[in-house]
Amino acid sequence: MKSPDLSKEQPQLGRRLFLNRIWLLLASIVAIEFGWVGFKILKSKSNSRVSTELESIVVAGNISEFAPGSVTPFPQGQFYLACLDDGSFLALSRSCTHLHCSVPWDEGKKQFVCPCHGSAFDLNGDVLRPPAPRPLDLLHVRIENGVVKVDPGQVIKRDKFDPSQATRI
Amino acid sequence: MEVINKKQTSQRRSLSSFIMHVHPTVVARDTLRFTLSFGLGGMASTLCLLLFMTGVLLLLVYEPTTLNAYSSVRTLVNDSGFGSWVRNVHYFSANILVFIAFLHFLRVYLTGATNTGRQLNWVIGIVLLMLIFLSNLTGYLLPWDQLAFWAITICTSMLSYVPLVGESLQMLLGGAEVGASTLSIFFVLHVVFLPVTLIILAVWHFWLVRKASGLVQVEEETSSPPIRVSTSPHLVVREAAVGLSLIAIILLFAAFVNAPLLDQANPGLSPNPAKAPWYFLGFQELLMHFYPTFAVCVIPMLLLFTLLALPLLYDCSLPAGRWIGVAKGRAITFSTAVCGLLLTSIVVFVDDLTLASDGGAITFDWFYRGLLPTALIVVVLFSVILLLRKMFSLSRVQSGLILFTFIITVMLGLTVIGIWFRGEGMQLVWPW
Repeated sequence: MKSPDLSKEQPQLGRRLFLNRIWLLLASIVAIEFGWVGFKILKSKSNSRVSTELESIVVAGNISEFAPGSVTPFPQGQFYLACLDDGSFLALSRSCTHLHCSVPWDEGKKQFVCPCHGSAFDLNGDVLRPPAPRPLDLLHVRIENGVVKVDPGQVIKRDKFDPSQATRI
Repeated sequence: MEVINKKQTSQRRSLSSFIMHVHPTVVARDTLRFTLSFGLGGMASTLCLLLFMTGVLLLLVYEPTTLNAYSSVRTLVNDSGFGSWVRNVHYFSANILVFIAFLHFLRVYLTGATNTGRQLNWVIGIVLLMLIFLSNLTGYLLPWDQLAFWAITICTSMLSYVPLVGESLQMLLGGAEVGASTLSIFFVLHVVFLPVTLIILAVWHFWLVRKASGLVQVEEETSSPPIRVSTSPHLVVREAAVGLSLIAIILLFAAFVNAPLLDQANPGLSPNPAKAPWYFLGFQELLMHFYPTFAVCVIPMLLLFTLLALPLLYDCSLPAGRWIGVAKGRAITFSTAVCGLLLTSIVVFVDDLTLASDGGAITFDWFYRGLLPTALIVVVLFSVILLLRKMFSLSRVQSGLILFTFIITVMLGLTVIGIWFRGEGMQLVWPW
């Protein structure tokens, strides 16, 4: 009595299953489209943000204003201008390479010490104390007619300090 | 005449019976014991309700723009009205919710409410726990004060270390720097996306509890069925007592203690020390010792996978309906917890000393500070558990309990160190 019933239901279930699968497919296409649109919107938003926030070149000042071994903060460009002992210049980004906290310069210790996870960097931006994975990022420095200019638009990542990274006259 | 009357009453009762629908009509009397569940799930639901109500009120005054966010919250706090009280209730409920939901998670595992019929609910519960963390985190940014700004800077920077998708994930959150787009995205997540997901999953969570015929109960050897009582009033009265007392305590507490609000966010000045919200300080502590990819991605994934898999794949559910009902369970839990806490504090202390003494010489890369120690920990942990199994001929459930307790106590230990033992410059300090 039961077995013919089942065989009768079999094709019916097959069609139902087929239609259900189509519904599921349609639903997942809708979900994917929705996610894709959201992704596109967020993407365009972050792109427009980058283009508007490209800062213009910061004129730091005359070479003679910076003593060797000194660090001068430039809040408008979010960087420090370090004048190394041989008189060459490095523009160091102020965000820590670990988790982007803002690192202050400690004049007494002659170190940048990150308040978030205790990373320390020296005048060259080299890591003195982990957890920072690499030295502070550099910005492009130019010296024109004895005037130091920094371009905050380009960030240069590096693995280690090298004297060739510093800009001389 | 009687029939019409019946219809009217049933309609009148429709709302209450709809609300009561999350409960079974009868519950086993045994599950009504307060010490079985401590009402933690009910407390979490009550807190969600409180959060939705105060959240709607806060939405009336809050402006999600970098220009006005801080001033709108500041005005709310300074006004002599009930604004600051509502904000306090929202703030404390959110923080207590994290704590209560974590305790609920512990309760569910330790009373063995993870066996057949409750496995899907274990997964949903863990997703809910993470949604609660995310809701808290996104809400943390909204006041746009120093505390918020730097905590979120750290948390979004963590994303950039996630392999493959990290960079694009970070771009979606508004770029490397926390700014206007981050605020608007977090606002949408906090007030729409996360609450809606939370409600849907929570209803599913309740319904699955009902499907598993209420709270977890002892499996009787005798054939006599457990004594059952009607849900209303027996269960409802108890739920109301717990929920209403909790609400009363929070409302009273919020009237006297204020939620913190620091200075307006200043992208040029990190406060010292800059800490993540308290429930993430365990992971911040991991960041002090591990290469970031491992601290923010690999290790949390391993933890999550283990916690999900324990009751599902390895069938390590404890006996149902009793607290740590397995043989020698309490002794195992206690000794594992003590070992876990001791080990955590010793390792953190020793590692901090080595980092401080010759930090420059130590290579802090993905191998020596990531893969090697993580693999070492996993191998040692599993060999120790295997060894213990051989030595004391422990069962699968008992070894699962060891693993669970160890993971939980290590994370708790790290969190405690992060909250109280990290001072200026994230140096180890005594809290007193």
